[in-house]
Amino acid sequence: MLYIKCPYCGLRAQKEFSYGGDATVKRPNINEEVSNEDWDNFVYMRKSPRGKHIELWQHIAGCRQWIKVQRDTATHEIFQTAKVTEEIR
Amino acid sequence: MSQPFRLNKEGLINRNKKISFTFNGKKLFGYEGDTIASALIANGIHLVGRSFKYHRPRGFFGAGVEEPNAKLQVEFNGHSEPNVNATEMELVEGLSATSQNCWPSVNFDVGAINNFLKMFFPAGFYYKTFMWPKSFWYKIYEPFIRKAAGLGVASIEKDKERYEHKFEYCDLLVTGSGPSGLASAYAAAKNGAKVILAEDKPRFGGTLLTDDVSIDNLSGKDWAEKIITELKSMPNVTVKNRSQVFGYYDHNMLVMFERVSDHLEKKSKFTPRQRLWYIRAKETILSTGSIERPIVFGNNDTPGIFLSAAAKEYMKVYGVLVGKKPLIFTNNDSAYETALEFKKNNVEPIILDTREEHSSELIDEAKSKGIDIRFSHGVIVANGYKKVKSAKIGKLNKDKNSFEKIETVDCDCICVSGFWTPSVHLASQSGNKLKYEEKIDAFIPDKKKQHETSVGAANGSFTLEESLKNGFENGSNLSAKITDTKTEITIPNVNEKKYGAHDKLWCMPLPKNENPKRFVDFQNDVSVSDIEIALREGYRSIEHVKRYTTLGMATDQGRTSNLNGLQLVSNIENKIVPEVGHTTFRPPFTPITIGTIVGREVGMEYMPTRKTPMHEWHKKNNAVFVDAGAWKRPRYYKQGNETLFEASKREAKNVRENVGICDVTTLGKIDIKGPDAAEFLNRVYTNAWMKLPVGKARYGLMLREDGIVMDDGTTTRISENHYHMTTTTAQAANVLSHLEYYLQIVWPELNVNVVSTTEQWAGAAIAGPKSRDMLSKLYPDLDVSNDTLPFMGYKEADFFGVPSRIFRISFSGELAYEINVKSDHGMFMWEKMMDVGKEFGNQPYGTEALSTLRIEMGHVAGPELDGRTIPSDVSLNGLVSKKKDFIGKNSLGREAFNVESRQKIVGLIPIDRKSSIPEGSHIVQDQNGKLPNPKLGHVSSSCWSVENNNPFSLAIMKDGKNMIGKKFFAVSPLKNKSIEVEVISSHYVDPEGKRVRS
Ligand SMILES: [Zn+2]
Repeated sequence: MLYIKCPYCGLRAQKEFSYGGDATVKRPNINEEVSNEDWDNFVYMRKSPRGKHIELWQHIAGCRQWIKVQRDTATHEIFQTAKVTEEIR
Repeated sequence: MSQPFRLNKEGLINRNKKISFTFNGKKLFGYEGDTIASALIANGIHLVGRSFKYHRPRGFFGAGVEEPNAKLQVEFNGHSEPNVNATEMELVEGLSATSQNCWPSVNFDVGAINNFLKMFFPAGFYYKTFMWPKSFWYKIYEPFIRKAAGLGVASIEKDKERYEHKFEYCDLLVTGSGPSGLASAYAAAKNGAKVILAEDKPRFGGTLLTDDVSIDNLSGKDWAEKIITELKSMPNVTVKNRSQVFGYYDHNMLVMFERVSDHLEKKSKFTPRQRLWYIRAKETILSTGSIERPIVFGNNDTPGIFLSAAAKEYMKVYGVLVGKKPLIFTNNDSAYETALEFKKNNVEPIILDTREEHSSELIDEAKSKGIDIRFSHGVIVANGYKKVKSAKIGKLNKDKNSFEKIETVDCDCICVSGFWTPSVHLASQSGNKLKYEEKIDAFIPDKKKQHETSVGAANGSFTLEESLKNGFENGSNLSAKITDTKTEITIPNVNEKKYGAHDKLWCMPLPKNENPKRFVDFQNDVSVSDIEIALREGYRSIEHVKRYTTLGMATDQGRTSNLNGLQLVSNIENKIVPEVGHTTFRPPFTPITIGTIVGREVGMEYMPTRKTPMHEWHKKNNAVFVDAGAWKRPRYYKQGNETLFEASKREAKNVRENVGICDVTTLGKIDIKGPDAAEFLNRVYTNAWMKLPVGKARYGLMLREDGIVMDDGTTTRISENHYHMTTTTAQAANVLSHLEYYLQIVWPELNVNVVSTTEQWAGAAIAGPKSRDMLSKLYPDLDVSNDTLPFMGYKEADFFGVPSRIFRISFSGELAYEINVKSDHGMFMWEKMMDVGKEFGNQPYGTEALSTLRIEMGHVAGPELDGRTIPSDVSLNGLVSKKKDFIGKNSLGREAFNVESRQKIVGLIPIDRKSSIPEGSHIVQDQNGKLPNPKLGHVSSSCWSVENNNPFSLAIMKDGKNMIGKKFFAVSPLKNKSIEVEVISSHYVDPEGKRVRS
């Protein structure tokens, strides 16, 4: 079971969180024209990298904040966590 | 009653307390502190089971977790458990143990014929023999294999025992209380670290209990006791025996299995049987020790053949002799300690040492005691069927591939030692890539992967001095990093015997023309020739060899067989062991009970139960409940002998004719506040929300970004910047996360706050033509006329002294209202409604009637919004705005969403107007059509229309409304029904929606 550092609450067990997918995907702006290709990329196309991956988790059984987690998908090592407003590099 | 193999004094058992038990029906006794194994051996019993494939007689081989053979069916404390390790299970009064895998008895076993048919049971036997014909598998092969080869029998009784889970955090977890573990725990404890010390056995000390050593002038055992006593007295230390750390998971999470009360004769009702510990440790010391490995020779599975350290443990811990005429067969010095122990107890052993004559401290001591030592000797084959009687031994030539002399010697046990294998399971589970250590012919941990540090024998250090030093240093350094305190500890003086070098011989050659079975894996009956066959047949990867031969795949995880298997493969392949590699170590290290994994999560505790504030009223009034997620909802209120069908019909009919009330507390409720709330709702819902006035509700539909309907519900504008959203019961949690996602990540610029208020409000729907009359009685001072409280209207008003919210919304399709009061007032509201409603013929109705009402109205719910439908599929395209953007809008233009023949909602009635159509039925043109019969759609919801008094269903069907008037078949192979149906509109009752507006 992973041990995830919520930027608001501190280290918490994985079972307090739910997974939210790739954090680098950006939704096309609302009320703006978007090409079919861009839209499809946003809705369907995801990378499945082996290694470092920046993903979203929500601390559902805690502060309910969505957070960013940089995790190695193969080893589960977590390198960094951040608020969604912060950058992970 | 005497115990022929019990020593008079030796051992750590309590000779003042006899414990009675039975084995295969025979009454026996042992002493407090015995295991089943030690008690049986004391009674001279060695034959305890039959082997898995060949049904060969098997006896004890080890004295702990390494035991491959002695798995028994054990009954105690009123339950029966299979595959109990006799070398670990402590004796308790009244325990009854029986052999497994034998029929009719362990002494006379029909399956043993397999032993003489062994040509039919080679490697890959299961793959080869039972493949064809395929139809034979379920009826003939599988039942036969299960009966003949099965291990124990799992109980089908309900497990009455209590199991618990515990979550713990510590600075340092120490797994194993041998010398290195004790030293680590002690050093860390002195530095003020929070320490957990776990020992798998009942007694602390590991090898200190059996090795002839002294530390600071105390015997090993006394020193261990001193350290444990001190550790127990420290508030920062938790010391646990009977506790096996069996799994090393991500982020330094270790899981431990504690046998809390299996060894107790009496215990309180609340004492758990076993406890599972989830331990998050900052650092972990793996002081798991090592396990002796055997040397492979002919018939090496005969009862009476032991690992030499096990034989010593039986003497020193249990005061039991495994035999009185022992052969000690070894390639190293450690078995000499076993020989000396025999000698001390006046038993004359013969030592067969595969090494050439040489000298070491132990060899010299054995010589000085007059022990018969034969160098360059080994056991070729053991004789005896149910118990070893003699052994054919041979003098090895210089190359150790043939014999210079062969003779037979009498013996009643053979104690074998092929050197030591570090227990690297936990290290490997942590992700540590192991490395091969030539010096000890075994794998040891390599670079750290997590926060694990292997010490002592688990790390390949086999001397006490090194183990202690290793333990103290690592315990001190690792904990000092955490506590910032470093207490100086003087490493104690150690007195131990120096071992000479071991011999690499691991398998005895066979003389010409002799071919006895030589087992590598006892538990799965894998012999040298099985592995040879696998390689001959082209299996190369050790993982494939493992699966083909089942080597190391039994419950003992190949603790005594893995390395010998690897040696064999590397010999045949002409490789070195590290090139062959090792198979994967997986948790659990030892078998654990299912009960422990489940813990308290059974029955009522399986999941939390959510009850509405009116729950007790429902219960008192014969509600039959149904689970809606964690909620308990009344499905119907049973009157007399009513069936579900009769009750729901009555309740639904009463709503259509009079008035009914329904507990709708479970609907999800989300409070939405902020100046941008309207803009937010406008993006979340498919319809327009910018112009909803204060005091009005609106039905809304929300999509996922892929255009699929996510949820529906009404949202009411309570005040300028305050909305009250309702969701379906099932989607409440998902919708909240969905809203939070958009507010926190996608549109953080919107000034809006959302919070779940589901638990804050109790809700009751009042539905039926008489609902307004009833409402006016509930609110005598309020104008509830259609003009002031129209459809989708909202008011706040005093309900007999408590504040309440009135929504004029309808799910049933009737004139209806929904009243919300604070949860604490829910019961008050409900009882008042029941009281006031009497004169209008009010009856409560449950979810079944609720479904009937919505289905015949053609209102969609979960079964239609099943994650595959878009708004137009369920006739909700009228709610999709063309003017504005919203979540999922761009997806609605997809080609596949816009083809005419797409499956859409319709209504179905049976031609005979009588047969109910099972939900899930498939709609086909021809009920006798050739398979695969083209499926045109499926039945999503079914009810008995109380309005029209015949069955009615909603279906999602190809071409949708274009099919109206046509006839098909609804086929349910599950219910074995085929019903001819006619397609009609999904709005079966009041299609214009007049009633809700009346
Ligand atoms: Zn948090």
